[in-house]
Amino acid sequence: MNIYVLMKRTFDTEEKITISGGKINEDGAEFIINPYDEYAIEEAIQVRDAQGGEVTVVSVGTEEAEKQLRTALAMGADKAVLINTEDDLEDGDQFTTAKILSEYLKDKEADLIIAGNVAIDGGSGQVGPRVAELLGISYVTTITKLEINGSSATVVRDVEGDSEVIETSLPLLVTAQQGLNEPRYPSLPGIMKAKKKPLDELELDDLDLDEDDVEAKTKTIEIYLPPKKEAGKVLEGELEDQVKELVNLLHTEAKVV
Amino acid sequence: MARKVLVLGEVRDGSLRNVSFEAVAAGKTAAEGGEVVGVLIGESVSALAQEMIHFGADRVVAVEDEKLKQYTPDGFSQALMAVIESESPEGLIFGHTALGKDLAPKIAAKLGSGLISDVTSLEEAGGNLVFTRPIYSGKAFEKKIVTDGLLFATIRPNNIAPLEKDESRSGDVSSVSAEIKDLRTIIKEVVRKASEGVDLSEAKVIIAGGRGVKSEEGFEPLKELASVLNGAVGASRGACDADYCDYSLQIGQTGKVVTPDLYIACGISGAIQHLAGMSNSKVIVAINKDPEANIFKVADYGIVGDLFEVVPMLTEEFKKLKVNA
Repeated sequence: MNIYVLMKRTFDTEEKITISGGKINEDGAEFIINPYDEYAIEEAIQVRDAQGGEVTVVSVGTEEAEKQLRTALAMGADKAVLINTEDDLEDGDQFTTAKILSEYLKDKEADLIIAGNVAIDGGSGQVGPRVAELLGISYVTTITKLEINGSSATVVRDVEGDSEVIETSLPLLVTAQQGLNEPRYPSLPGIMKAKKKPLDELELDDLDLDEDDVEAKTKTIEIYLPPKKEAGKVLEGELEDQVKELVNLLHTEAKVV
Repeated sequence: MARKVLVLGEVRDGSLRNVSFEAVAAGKTAAEGGEVVGVLIGESVSALAQEMIHFGADRVVAVEDEKLKQYTPDGFSQALMAVIESESPEGLIFGHTALGKDLAPKIAAKLGSGLISDVTSLEEAGGNLVFTRPIYSGKAFEKKIVTDGLLFATIRPNNIAPLEKDESRSGDVSSVSAEIKDLRTIIKEVVRKASEGVDLSEAKVIIAGGRGVKSEEGFEPLKELASVLNGAVGASRGACDADYCDYSLQIGQTGKVVTPDLYIACGISGAIQHLAGMSNSKVIVAINKDPEANIFKVADYGIVGDLFEVVPMLTEEFKKLKVNA
């Protein structure tokens, strides 16, 4: 089984977002593997362990994504590939990323490609289905279960609370929804081993791509923080008094207790 | 610039989803005086066409086939591509629903176009159509424009107001035939998820914990508070992901949607997915160490502080209240 995982490095979900110079301020921010991609990596490892084969984790980004790729290797992936666009691209969009990934994947004869269903930063959820279409393979998004039997697959898809049981066949691209599995933490031996596993770095040139081929179709013209809404009452004073006031307000003003 | 915009109407249980009318309104803005053409895809959907017209579509094109009874990416993309071929639109608007999220990127890839997902508003500004969308789960927003090719967007439900329904409006309803074949994904079964554990949907009081709860044991003070108030304990996705509790407790876009009389959010930052699941609660209380946490924006009352200090104090105060009552 030849398995590929599409991974993105993202801001930690707990990070507060600030803006400087019209861009999201990354100084001092913690970065992580996009949480949905962690499910993808875990699922890939489990499928490989059950079926045999190899897991390659691919990321489009900058050198800094090496850290998250190493983490994926420490979790148990076999190989990692960074497609480094730092020198070639200033701005890309989902068209760009999907084009790059599909160019990389087109001759890899992947049986199974797993991605997160959405990245928690951009939040578009486009790249998985786009890549599948560009490769001419079928896809199922937001999956919570995957069973592979020979060249056929049974997939459970989360559809706004309901589940669809879908039958399809390989090659297949799926995108992971929470609940698919519980991603493992890298073990210490895993971390040691990861240092010796291959992490290849490619650039657009290596994929016979020019900047023009992957030029974004959309452009961000402004990033801003949401306006401070007229929220309710944030209590003040000693904590003890705040608690008393809150209970009083819920009892007498809101009348819910 | 007047343009022709196709708007995909989404049918569920035989009716059009509300987001379809919101998409028509977005289509109207995007068309800038051009034509808004509704598109309906399904086994038997053309009867719904008039309603799209009443909500502002100029006319409707339907693709009907028994193989389109259920949504599949192959079936619906074949149908839609047939419409796109016959109509040559300059714009496309879908709802950012399970269907729209699944289908739109495939169509965009087929057309080699951009796609602006999860749009919460759009407006004409400085000669451009400007799309606003949340990023970082609503912690920030971005404004985007299309720089090349088709104007294609999915809109988030409940954000763009539909136009007023006008039953005197009329328009053409036509059909496009498409060969629907080689469906590679087959839906064998649709399962409605049974609720398990505490019935959050029915609870009058919910005490919900987020990542700030820090551990499974961290839920204990929340449980105590819930028991004093005869409430249920819920959780944010963050807490479930971190394994502090079971996924069945999850409240949010992909978990349960709840509307209790009192919702006390403890250590929940207020990701937009979570807010989607609880913001219609009657009274919301937020307890969070981070005064900037999103949750305070929907909270009626907030306490900035450590939940491990605040929650036990609250429990004590409510106990006193009960004794005095």
